[in-house]
Amino acid sequence: MTPIEKVEGRAIPFGLKNVDTDVIIPAHWLKTTTRDGMGKGAFETLRADPDNLFDSPQFKGAPILIAGDNFGCGSSREHAAWALGDLGIRVVIAPSYSDIFSGNAVKNGILPVVLPQAAIDRLMEVAQTDPVHVDLDTQTVTTPFQDRFAFEIDPFRKMCLLGGLDEISLTEKSAAAIGAYEQTLDADRPWLRPTATRT
Amino acid sequence: MTRPRTLYEKIWDAHVVEQRPDGTCLIFIDRHLVHEVTSPQAFAGLRANGRTVRRPDLTLAVPDHNLPTTARKDARGNILPIADAESAAQLATLETNASEFGVRYIDAVAPEQGIVHVVGPEQGFSLPGTTIVCGDSHTACHGGIGALAFGIGTSEVEHVLATQTLLLQPAKTMEVRVEGAVGPGVTAKDIILHITGTIGAAGGTGHVIEYTGSAIRALSVEGRLTVSNMAIEGGARAGLIAPDEVTFAYLKDRPYAPKGAYWDAAVEYWKSLATDPGATYDKVVIIDAADIAPSVTWGTSPEDVVPITGVVPDPASFADPSKQAAAAKSLAYMGLEPGTRMQDVPVENIFIGSCTNSRIEDMRAAAAIVKGRKKAANVKWAIVVPGSGLVKAQAEAEGLDRIFTDAGLEWREPGCSACLAMNPDKVPAGERCASTSNRNFVGRQGPGSRTHLVSPAMAAAAAVTGKLTDVRELMA
Repeated sequence: MTPIEKVEGRAIPFGLKNVDTDVIIPAHWLKTTTRDGMGKGAFETLRADPDNLFDSPQFKGAPILIAGDNFGCGSSREHAAWALGDLGIRVVIAPSYSDIFSGNAVKNGILPVVLPQAAIDRLMEVAQTDPVHVDLDTQTVTTPFQDRFAFEIDPFRKMCLLGGLDEISLTEKSAAAIGAYEQTLDADRPWLRPTATRT
Repeated sequence: MTRPRTLYEKIWDAHVVEQRPDGTCLIFIDRHLVHEVTSPQAFAGLRANGRTVRRPDLTLAVPDHNLPTTARKDARGNILPIADAESAAQLATLETNASEFGVRYIDAVAPEQGIVHVVGPEQGFSLPGTTIVCGDSHTACHGGIGALAFGIGTSEVEHVLATQTLLLQPAKTMEVRVEGAVGPGVTAKDIILHITGTIGAAGGTGHVIEYTGSAIRALSVEGRLTVSNMAIEGGARAGLIAPDEVTFAYLKDRPYAPKGAYWDAAVEYWKSLATDPGATYDKVVIIDAADIAPSVTWGTSPEDVVPITGVVPDPASFADPSKQAAAAKSLAYMGLEPGTRMQDVPVENIFIGSCTNSRIEDMRAAAAIVKGRKKAANVKWAIVVPGSGLVKAQAEAEGLDRIFTDAGLEWREPGCSACLAMNPDKVPAGERCASTSNRNFVGRQGPGSRTHLVSPAMAAAAAVTGKLTDVRELMA
């Protein structure tokens, strides 16, 4: 995973609320066994319109996406995060996210910034003409016009994003604790082990 | 004396392997369900890093999303090839991965094959009080038997395969209490559509919803699975319904359920899980069951719900300006005018199936409406897709398949089917579908498809009248 600290560039003023993962990447793009090449399918339905934001000269390849409430709702497909990443997006800024999407984003080096609607409205305005700056270390979003918005992020997620950390390697350090838990479980709830028997 | 706890808190506490200083917990996962779409990259990740599956015995793989629902064998019993090369490759990859990593696998022609969320409870693999994950957001379904069950992304699938744990922050708790008795023609699907319309598509974000109240207690396990299945449509990663005698009777003697003395010990444990008197939730929503009518969606978010007796809303009627804009966009996509009576909306396609509504009770409810009637002339495509091979066999033993086919509906093989446009079952662009699935998103049932979410009885009613219909008018 690519670490992320500071991102500066154009921000796509998308702004829609309840954007579901079927919109971010339609299901027919999910018939693959790799993580690659999903950018082509990102926002496919919207990009069928030749005047869409994503392919416009000023926003093509922009690293930041501004969206409305409940971004990434619906399906758990991590393909949505892969598609955004492949499109070049490193930061999404929205008032709220679906729980599954924000987790998937972080695991793919994409920072989901949460800001109130008033801040989103202001950034949507700035983004029309000017770049936006996001700093994960100081937890701020700034503009060339002295706007400064602070955001909160879970410390564990921040650490993973800054360090580009692989969560499985971190968890493997707890192998002994997992083994001990499994032993206790077998003693306390021995009926939990699935053994297929037909009656 | 210990602090009173909710059902969610009890399950969470029983699964904490380690707690980090920042409150993040390493949570043990009791059951991991795997299907072909969200697992290939996870297995590839294990392979690339020389890792194995820590607990193959707690993992169950079954293909569902890609499988065509047409015949899987020819007249001689030979297995038919899958025409779509990408689907065939993805399905073959699951089989290879299951074999290589030693994971339990139900193949495409096994009698137990079906939608992963139908198979789990049906096999007794999903049990109350357990943590269950799957790379699919409708894993919330298993909350219907009192399991803490939620969808995960592919990176998390790999994490669970490798470690049998997940790193999680505790969720907030929300109680949705439905009190009273529902009226005739009102089913579990109408209850959850009404709830989603009430709390909104993001109403449960960051929360686990526990459904309580007499209307929930009165539901069968099938109905409870339908309700909890759509917790995610209200933004909650998981739903929960406390296990009770109805749950225990459903699970007893299922293949993977505990047997003998183990069964008795399990039931005793499960009985201890109900939310303690005096325990509190972060949020409470109370709904009067008498207010729930047979319901239908008009837009492209599952929160866009009205009673079947209602009309298409005017976007200007919403207080929130962003909802006004979204509603206007939805209506343009759906080809609907404000003020149109929902019962005047014609439908050309009918889909009865999906992990929300493909269990035996759903098949019976749809058949009861269709019986002795014929598919309307304007309905071009009407399919009934049982959730598993076992549901299919049971329905056939009861003669339900004949009721459907006599009326002109098609009786199919089990799978996810027309819920998500990943297999040949799709709704054509610009056409409407009365669908018992869970999502009415733009393009969900195929590019340009227009979905109206309804119960199985309501879908059956639409099949015989050719338009969205108040099922109560067809009930004897």
